[in-house]
Amino acid sequence: MKNEKEILLTLLKSKVFYVALAMLAGLFILDALGLKIGVAAVSGETSLGVSALSSAGFQFVSMLKIVPPIFLMIGLLDIWVPKETMIRFMGEKSGLVGIFIAFFIGAMSAGPLVAAFPVAQIMLKKGARYSNVLFFLSIWASAKLPILFFQATALGVTYTVITNLTLISVYLVGTLLIEKALSPQDKALIYGLAEQA
Amino acid sequence: MDLSTIIIYGIALALLIVSLVKDRGKTKKAIKKGWMAFIKILPVLIPLFLIVGIVLSLVTPAMIKQVMGEESGIIGVLIGMVIGSVAFMPPFVTFPLGAELLSNGAGYPQVAAFMTTLMAVGLVYWSAETKFFGSKAVILRNSMAFIASGIVAFVVWMVM
Repeated sequence: MKNEKEILLTLLKSKVFYVALAMLAGLFILDALGLKIGVAAVSGETSLGVSALSSAGFQFVSMLKIVPPIFLMIGLLDIWVPKETMIRFMGEKSGLVGIFIAFFIGAMSAGPLVAAFPVAQIMLKKGARYSNVLFFLSIWASAKLPILFFQATALGVTYTVITNLTLISVYLVGTLLIEKALSPQDKALIYGLAEQA
Repeated sequence: MDLSTIIIYGIALALLIVSLVKDRGKTKKAIKKGWMAFIKILPVLIPLFLIVGIVLSLVTPAMIKQVMGEESGIIGVLIGMVIGSVAFMPPFVTFPLGAELLSNGAGYPQVAAFMTTLMAVGLVYWSAETKFFGSKAVILRNSMAFIASGIVAFVVWMVM
């Protein structure tokens, strides 16, 4: 009961929720005006608003099918992996090992990027180096193994190899640059957010 | 359910069993922690998926085909990057669309620009990501992904 109340409260306090509702209302207004854009223009879908709600629902449900093991592993990691272990394998001095682990976990994952945020957060909470966590997030976003297979079948092996090798190299340099660009206060804020989780 | 999902379920289940064998109390705690992490993310997910639904109903593959088919060159790359940053698409729609764009006459660099931003730059994720890492980190990550997509398009242009 307490949880439900809290979810509702946070939801009602978030600005994006109202932005989303306003946009949704806008779609229904477009429907009422009889404007045919987006899906309404192509697939003979009668209502933009209804189609937005139904695809939101569909995407939400398909995400729910993937995330239970991810959150279970977040819980297990939180309880079983001590801070020292995380620092040793992914912390400031973990070097190539840390990068490799970040890559491996990111590439082996499944699910939308939003499911990676709590995983990244628990890594930070346990003392992983920021650049490693950022690298993990970037790999999750663009170079997951299942996605690579899909990419290679649809667009060819050459394309897949070139784009992903380039992406991985840019991310390797980029994550280190971002880490340098963040001031100690910025980092304190990020790790502070993770600490509360 | 695809193979990767099954594998992840398998790994999680195996870890759960190991944990249960080692320590029941700790396992209970772990499950509770995982559940709490999920509950915490729910209020972020609801508006996020509403926006995803809205974007999906406004930015359709047909529209993208129209816009990306006509422009080539650097302008085409930039258009691809902008649409890719704003749009959201599940992977099973993304790649067939990429193949279709190519057969409709769009070039590899333009398609690469579109698809890499589509995956890595997530304007729909903005508010959710901010709640986890603060806005500066989110701006930097998305900028890096945007620049990376430009570089990918350039490399594809040179090599392919």
